[in-house]
Amino acid sequence: MNDSKDPWARFRQATRARIGLGRSGDALPTTALLEFQLAHARARDAVHSAVDLDRLAADLAPHPSLRVHSAAPDRATYLRRPDLGRRLDPASASGLPAGDWDLLFVIADGLSAAAVQVNAAPLVHACFERLGKTLRVGPVVLAEQARVALGDAVGAAMGARLVALLVGERPGLSAADSLGVYLTWEPKPGRADSERNCISNIHAGGLPIGAAADKLCWLATEAARLKLTGVALKEDTPSLVGPDNDTKKQGPDLIHNP
Amino acid sequence: MAVHTRDLGRHRHRFDDLKAVMACASPRRSGDELAGIAADSDERRVAARMVLADLPLKTFLNETLIPYETDEVTRLIVDSHDAEAFRPVAHMTVGEFRDWLLSYAADTAALASLAPGLTPEMVAAVSKLMRNHDLVCVAAKCSVVTRFRTTIGLPGRLSSRLQPNHPTDDPAGIAASTLDGLLYGIGDAVIGINPATDNVPACVALLEMLDAVRTRFDIPVQSCVLAHVTTTIQAIERGAPVDLVFQSIAGTEKANRGFGVSLALLTEARDAAKSLKRGTVGDNVMYFETGQGSALSADAHFGVDQQTVEARAYAVARAFDPLLVNTVVGFIGPEYLYDAKQITRAGLEDHFCAKLLGVPMGCDACYTNHAEADQDDMDVLMTMLATAGVNFLIAVPGADDVMLNYQSLSYHDVLGLRHLLKRPPAPEFEAWLDKAGWLDEQRRLPPWPDRSLVVSALLGRAAV
Repeated sequence: MNDSKDPWARFRQATRARIGLGRSGDALPTTALLEFQLAHARARDAVHSAVDLDRLAADLAPHPSLRVHSAAPDRATYLRRPDLGRRLDPASASGLPAGDWDLLFVIADGLSAAAVQVNAAPLVHACFERLGKTLRVGPVVLAEQARVALGDAVGAAMGARLVALLVGERPGLSAADSLGVYLTWEPKPGRADSERNCISNIHAGGLPIGAAADKLCWLATEAARLKLTGVALKEDTPSLVGPDNDTKKQGPDLIHNP
Repeated sequence: MAVHTRDLGRHRHRFDDLKAVMACASPRRSGDELAGIAADSDERRVAARMVLADLPLKTFLNETLIPYETDEVTRLIVDSHDAEAFRPVAHMTVGEFRDWLLSYAADTAALASLAPGLTPEMVAAVSKLMRNHDLVCVAAKCSVVTRFRTTIGLPGRLSSRLQPNHPTDDPAGIAASTLDGLLYGIGDAVIGINPATDNVPACVALLEMLDAVRTRFDIPVQSCVLAHVTTTIQAIERGAPVDLVFQSIAGTEKANRGFGVSLALLTEARDAAKSLKRGTVGDNVMYFETGQGSALSADAHFGVDQQTVEARAYAVARAFDPLLVNTVVGFIGPEYLYDAKQITRAGLEDHFCAKLLGVPMGCDACYTNHAEADQDDMDVLMTMLATAGVNFLIAVPGADDVMLNYQSLSYHDVLGLRHLLKRPPAPEFEAWLDKAGWLDEQRRLPPWPDRSLVVSALLGRAAV
């Protein structure tokens, strides 16, 4: 507890934000400047890496999975043509098995392969544990060069009442492996964003897997009960339990009168 | 719909309607290419600008780009148009309007009285004939001043939003980023949190925490949790200390429906916030964010180019007398604004169009990690915007937003701009900094040592 030298030490425990950087005049000190540049370089490199789908399928076992590809043939096209990333390529569309599912998990690479590789399978397993046999859940769909709305096409084709689409969020400087989840009732092409519920920032330094699974399963259960998702489905649950549980409660106490 | 043509050498460039002229006249950007409406050559782009330059401004009153009957934003634009205010420029073509805007005759007072007579389509059209520097020079003559607990947009000042986001909305983490920003004099426009999840109890808790910071230090600022407008209305019903109501808005009824809002819902929200009477120097209670590409992203652009649809969002904003509006230029990604050249241009266009319409425009100068841009590019944009008199800029710790995963400006950047350009923060906030003893003899906010009274007082530590 040698924080007498750095008045920001205890604050840094509460956030990964770049606080207390110091100043060279009005500018960033050299060390902070270069640390920022390194993080940005790594994030840019991360955007262009690919998910190892064989490994992901193995991580999901014993739950069965199947693979689809969006209409965007490669990463360069994917970045400039979001419309293609929302549609299935013809081969994928014709090969999807129709079923009668209460819930379908779709895992989309999105903009971070690392997020999907690290966090997707643990989240799906945690959800299965919590859901038990309350909902009929279909095979997990692994989607390449995919955006959020691809879940609508997949869900409609497979006859799912609810789709939970897990997607790699665009990398930030302190988190290149952040996963997001979009929950959509009665998925079909043309759904608006306001008809979905979103849980974001699922990663080691953000929302932990267990808490994310709690929220997702609560939302899925409520969605099935109310037969809707989106702005009409409010998460009227207590505040999140974050990773910094011990510092959270100190929030108001950190504020002192000058 | 009139067909427009322009002969250039052996080529006759044909534009099927006004929308096509507008789209082809836009500087090149990936969003219009994605929509399939951009000019397919540089020559065609200039041909469209030549057509546009010769069109009477009145054209935009006689011909709507999105039908009146099917779009409430068009109805708002048409029904609220002030013909008397428009009269001084009613005889001009778009090209003549550009020349007039740049002339000495178009001074601050003339532009302010003209604003209700302008439509988004008019200002979008003239912006397409402007170079970046033109956009800066004309915007710099506009003054749009708003008030809540601070006065924002006064000439010669630069305000800022302090954005202390946290990946899990952790109150201690948010408090840490807030205190850090205050030491740089950031936050006089608003201390505004983007919540990680849209949740009424969490929203109320964050509002109470920010209000506790404000009252404990007696800071003249307003706070905001940027939840969906329906969440904020519920927070108001539960008695939460709501200063400002936030909402993302766009330029068509369908795109706004994609955001889950309508003009009626925004009216309800504004009335709810106004009823709390929490402002001390004014009652502008709304905060809107916008950004080019949002309508196309919601498949709600109706073949109108993204810059023109964006300008239409300012007509929505204008109807609610907002305290703050900012474009989140660069946040949406490379499929709409591909690189720094496109982001910079869009930021300057958005600021120019909003100011001409009388909207209190700020900017989140930002980019994502899949766009071709970096902090050097933000240096250029922030300096141009500050020179153009932008009402406020958004700043986050070290330019790195750890919740939304993108890069904006740092606290350092905004403080440095203020000192470089001699633009202090809002007067109420500057007086607070002065009273607290934070300013040096040149009225700068210097880097106080960690063990100084200033830092230890704010961080709750005894001076050593």
